[in-house]
Amino acid sequence: MRAPGWLLAWCGVLLCASRVATADIVVGSKIFTEGYILGELAAQTLEASRPPVPLVRKLGMGSTGILFESLNSGAIDVYPDYTGTLAEAVLKNPQLKSVPEIRAALLKMGIVISAPLGFDNTYALAVRNDFAQAEALGTISDLARLHATLRAGFSYEFMDRQDGYPGLAERYRLGLDPGHVSRMEHSLTYQAIDQRAVDVIDVYSTDAKIRKFRLRLLEDNLGYFPTYQAVWVARAAFVAKYPAQWRALEHWEGRINADTMQRLNAEADINKRSVAQVAAGLRGATADTQTLAGQIGRRTLEHLWLVGVSLAFSIFVGVPLGILAVGHRRTGQVILTVSAITQTIPSLALLCFLIPVFGVGTKPALAALCLYSLLPVVLNTFTGIRGIDPRHLENARAFGLTPRQILRYIILPLASPALLTGIRTATIVSIGTATLAALVGAGGYGVPIVSGLSLNDVPTILTGAIPAALMAWAAHAGFNLLGRLIIPAGLQS
Amino acid sequence: MLVLEHISKAFEGNAALTDVSLSIPKGTTCALIGSSGSGKTTLLRITLRLIGADQGTVRLDERPLSDFAPEAWADRIGYVPQEGGLFPHLTGEHNVTLVPRLRRWPVARIAARVAELAQLVALEAAVLQRFPHEMSGGQKQRVALMRAAMLDPPVMLLDEPMAALDPLIRSALQHELKTIFQRLGKTVLIVTHDLAEAAYLAERITLLHAGRVVQTGSYEDLLQRPADPFVTSFIQAQRTLPSLAQCQ
Repeated sequence: MRAPGWLLAWCGVLLCASRVATADIVVGSKIFTEGYILGELAAQTLEASRPPVPLVRKLGMGSTGILFESLNSGAIDVYPDYTGTLAEAVLKNPQLKSVPEIRAALLKMGIVISAPLGFDNTYALAVRNDFAQAEALGTISDLARLHATLRAGFSYEFMDRQDGYPGLAERYRLGLDPGHVSRMEHSLTYQAIDQRAVDVIDVYSTDAKIRKFRLRLLEDNLGYFPTYQAVWVARAAFVAKYPAQWRALEHWEGRINADTMQRLNAEADINKRSVAQVAAGLRGATADTQTLAGQIGRRTLEHLWLVGVSLAFSIFVGVPLGILAVGHRRTGQVILTVSAITQTIPSLALLCFLIPVFGVGTKPALAALCLYSLLPVVLNTFTGIRGIDPRHLENARAFGLTPRQILRYIILPLASPALLTGIRTATIVSIGTATLAALVGAGGYGVPIVSGLSLNDVPTILTGAIPAALMAWAAHAGFNLLGRLIIPAGLQS
Repeated sequence: MLVLEHISKAFEGNAALTDVSLSIPKGTTCALIGSSGSGKTTLLRITLRLIGADQGTVRLDERPLSDFAPEAWADRIGYVPQEGGLFPHLTGEHNVTLVPRLRRWPVARIAARVAELAQLVALEAAVLQRFPHEMSGGQKQRVALMRAAMLDPPVMLLDEPMAALDPLIRSALQHELKTIFQRLGKTVLIVTHDLAEAAYLAERITLLHAGRVVQTGSYEDLLQRPADPFVTSFIQAQRTLPSLAQCQ
């Protein structure tokens, strides 16, 4: 096979992409507009602080579980969160209400929180204005009247948290028909209620879209929802190591009120300004924003790095495993079964499993992509070699070829069409799956897709989706060309 | 001189070959004949060193097979598999030159040998640039013959070389093979189930039945001095042209 040329070129691309790593401070954030803005605000504040420290943004990583796990494992150093969330989801103790109580409990875990930033972003239920007028709704208690027909669209987190829907339904004796309660991605619930597909959704009280979609918040007349005061959450080790940086973050304590936050959210969500610009606006500084081309270029390198490493892994591990599986039937069955089972794990779940092992960032994403790219390569290598007429192998032995020569000159060329199909499948799947890597802060084309999805911003989604599609198309064309180069002419139809 | 001495081989307790001895003097052709299941293929595979014998030895010019490194043995046995056995991913020329290239022959030496053998087997140079699926049956056999003769081995083994050819080409190729064998002075073992072919190509014929040698001798010996009634029945079972009287 005439491989060295393209292999070298590929390695060059990978080396360029690898420069995207290594930093001292890592800032994380949750995956919704306010999380992005506060995360970006923290990042810009830290960048402006002295002495300067290299910093990396891992914004939009997921929900509390992923963020806190990452913080614990040292994969991130600081991120914004809410007191109510910390008490419920992290400390598993909704009784903890005051900031000092929560701070004391977290300190035992080696975690430090700042004083509240100044606003309370609690859960609330929202209905359309016209619906509220027609049904004379003012409080959550009023909903109980409509229990038989009311259709709800609630976010996953709201449905699963003790202080979310389960406790709410009990406290208010809502008695909704379970068939009328849909679990949805939070940013899509606004579309759903706007198009009258549902009547009530859960919202965050500072959400800018409440105004945009002309929704009315229902009064929590029984005082059910806990308070969600925004705070900075950091590892104690980080605070000890970078006291000046932590003081710079503490500067924001009590300085962002609910009105300010709603305005910032609206800037990002409705006026479509970039999160960097919004945060810079609050800081009174001009955002150091990259041009769109620059962003796409950087993400292309990140994406290529993810796909390239998993591709290299699938070739240098998958092909030998496939060969091994042909030679040893027992081992072969184990290899094929394990790689097939790996394939059935949903990608989000796999990423979650890998965070405790690898932390966040590129490592868990690469691990997941490597595992996913294994099966197509192993399976195609296996079936490709098994499909070779055994007489050719026996003849090769009769001509005095050594096992190594038989592999090199007979088996691999004869199996090359199947091998290449496997590698092509692995690559194209990898290009698609790598967009999910943004969820664990590995960058790539997934960053604008994930943030665009949570900001409900189609143009931003397209700046990730179009390059990803182009890359998949380029890979497809590249493999056609490669096939013409390395598949022996005698085997090409 | 290729000698097979008292070869026995069993597969899972079933005897495939029992005490088979065979000796082919240098420069002569021996035909191994027998119906399917007679043990021809097993004997061939033992001679090619693809499997080992349970008992007995194979010798080449007095030296036992085990004296040779595997490649050294393979280099001394030129092998033409059934239907040529060309590798489908290689052109005719690459099939022919695969082993000498692995043996690091100089390019000029390979080219000279290819030209010499192409002339010997009467193959146009253009055919060597084709892939096996673009060749006729006769062309494939000629290329396979070149491949087997490439390293100038003292012994050549041919497995049913004519089986897949149509009668006219078969007859032409039989004629050419005989000339080639005579000109090269090789020790040849040719496996066939066709007695006429064996009689035409070989000085001596060995008839194998149920894993044993029934008789070794010339065609005339088999015809006139059968060692066993099976020899006669095998000869009579071979297809002969019916006489006109039988047709009417």
